[in-house]
Amino acid sequence: MATVVMTSLDTKSRAASRGLSDIKIRNLFIIPTILFLIVFNIFPLIYSLGYSFTDFRASTNAPATFVGLQNYRELLNDPFIWANFAITAKYVIVSVTGQVVVGFGTAMLLNREIPFKGLITTLLLLPMMLSMAVVGLFWKLLYDPSFGIINYALGLGSFEWLANPDMALYAVAITDIWMWSPFVMLLSLAGLSAVPRHLYEAAAIDRAGPFYTFFRITLPLVAPILMIAIIFRTMEAFKTFDLAYILTSQPTTEVISIRLYKMAFQEWQTGRSCALAYIVLIMVLAITNIYVKYLNRVKER
Amino acid sequence: MRKTVAGLMAGISFMFACGTSAQSQELTIFWAEWDPANYLQELVNEYEAETGVKVTVETTPWADFQTKAFTEFNAKGSAYDMVVGDSQWIGAASEAGHYVDLTEFFNKHKLNEVMAPATVKYYSEYPANSGKYWSIPAEGDAVGWSYRKDWFEDPKEMEAFKAKYGYDLAPPKDWKQLRDIAEFFHRPDQKRYGIAIYTDNSYDGLVMGVENAIFSFGGELGDYSTYKVDGIINSEKNVKALETYRELYGFTPPGWAKSFFVENNQAITENLAAMSMNYFAFFPALVNEASNPNAKVTGFFANPAGPEGHQYAALGGQGISIVSYSENKEEAMKFLEWFIKDETQKRWAELGGYTASAKVLESEEFQNATPYNKAFYETMFKVKDFWATPEYVELLIQMNQRIYPYVTAGQGTAQEALDALAKDWNATFKKYGRQ
Repeated sequence: MATVVMTSLDTKSRAASRGLSDIKIRNLFIIPTILFLIVFNIFPLIYSLGYSFTDFRASTNAPATFVGLQNYRELLNDPFIWANFAITAKYVIVSVTGQVVVGFGTAMLLNREIPFKGLITTLLLLPMMLSMAVVGLFWKLLYDPSFGIINYALGLGSFEWLANPDMALYAVAITDIWMWSPFVMLLSLAGLSAVPRHLYEAAAIDRAGPFYTFFRITLPLVAPILMIAIIFRTMEAFKTFDLAYILTSQPTTEVISIRLYKMAFQEWQTGRSCALAYIVLIMVLAITNIYVKYLNRVKER
Repeated sequence: MRKTVAGLMAGISFMFACGTSAQSQELTIFWAEWDPANYLQELVNEYEAETGVKVTVETTPWADFQTKAFTEFNAKGSAYDMVVGDSQWIGAASEAGHYVDLTEFFNKHKLNEVMAPATVKYYSEYPANSGKYWSIPAEGDAVGWSYRKDWFEDPKEMEAFKAKYGYDLAPPKDWKQLRDIAEFFHRPDQKRYGIAIYTDNSYDGLVMGVENAIFSFGGELGDYSTYKVDGIINSEKNVKALETYRELYGFTPPGWAKSFFVENNQAITENLAAMSMNYFAFFPALVNEASNPNAKVTGFFANPAGPEGHQYAALGGQGISIVSYSENKEEAMKFLEWFIKDETQKRWAELGGYTASAKVLESEEFQNATPYNKAFYETMFKVKDFWATPEYVELLIQMNQRIYPYVTAGQGTAQEALDALAKDWNATFKKYGRQ
């Protein structure tokens, strides 16, 4: 199989003269990666599955006792955990929807000949190149009710974005939308520029309206790549920690990863937090699976 | 090629050789990143000058101090020889064998008499009244208050206050006066607010703030020896205390829902609030004109008494412990012997550290050294602390979960919040077989 897929090594190359075959080179690149994955990803994943059935606490030297499904049972019966999941779901929906609308909208605006297009695109990409912690810290200043520029610009007086339990989650989502819309924009732009021009020309000849053109040509052709952006952003939003942790400490913004962090590294309930991590993993996998199925269906069309 | 390899090997062996020779003369103390850690570094530089043993104070931000310390303990790492650990850690760290038992050292040097009683009780002894000691009180700390003297002493304000409340405007003597003054100075239209209190629920900020009210109202968190909480944490006194704390939240600056020591000092430096709750350890920054433009007009007072005259404050501060996995335990012991000397403790206080040495605390020299030392001295003899059991973080998070929505958003009632908390704590204690 390998010989069919790979191009053969040039017999005059330095690698060939050192007696390296293409299979050897392939192994040289792949084996360390696989080993790395096994040691740092697969092994901890399996090991923590084992811990999730115990009452192990990493802060003590006491041996772990097998407790069966007790951790899972207690977690799934804990109203606080369900509240954390509900908050996470709300956050994912608001944040990802916002990013798609803003990101795709910006891509549509940029998908035409405008002056300084390259510069504008680059500047728009800046937010996602910043560190999450930095973004969190300066948005905290922007939202400040006493001296924050947002209230000043919008004339909101001393509106409490982060201290208001009903508003805080939206404030975090707005920050996330600001930061990650450029990612959706970038992928959408790639998709949009790949739409053949002649389709639009044909639509124009048929006197198709802008909405018809958008829903019948643009959207279906960009949908697969947009779906990929949505999958990535959903997975990331589900795991959000930094922004919510830095910006506010409202119970209404305690997404599941913050609860998990507290359980694992403040309370040191290692066994139980492993179980919670598995519940989260299963949920992310299930959601991603639904998306991937949908993505395949879109592609088939 | 061979030459290069030989050179490299020589370099590496030299590095290791230097490493080991230096290691025996070095000690590392782990603490949180704040001013007292810098003062400690200055103090230990003097130890190096005396003995030639280099001591480094390594720090990390408060937010991940506990996580980082316990991650190192759990891995049985020898990176730190000593740790200036929080008072609540003592149960978890001693039961898990992370701290060296210092009982013999403690008794030999009669530290029971040398250090202030409250610091011995909460920083060093675990379990309560067991006579087993795990750390040496290092940085005494408790919650106190700073206030704007210029606002309080303004004749117009004094007159208006007396007309409204019927008594003179002065630093509050009890929680009722505290509430009245907060209400009086709360003027959102002038961007002036009554009071700054702790509300951050990510670790122990909010709980410490509420503890100040609970303890002064004559309440308790529970019975620390029997783990009984029913009727104690949800007692009538505690309900009143929590209601008062909620009322005070109404007089805080806008957006005061995640505030801890940084924000509470800012409340004074940025002309936001008339009074501000904070640990004494953060007061040096308030008398320094470089960090507080209002330094000259900032005053201090101890946590006021409750309605029945009880006067307590929430304990902060830390003791210094030797980490069981250190490779320099003997050297660390020698360091502690130097640290507890009277002259070292005196120097520690001079540098800005809050000594727990009773002798230094009681001295006139110490009490007159800063505008807040007297309040600190008075407070350190009437402090109380949170649970120190190994599962204290679970208790802390449960308390945050129950009281935060009530204090900052007025959800439910104080009674409901505390009843639910009693239920949570009972379940936790049952889980760990303590009841």
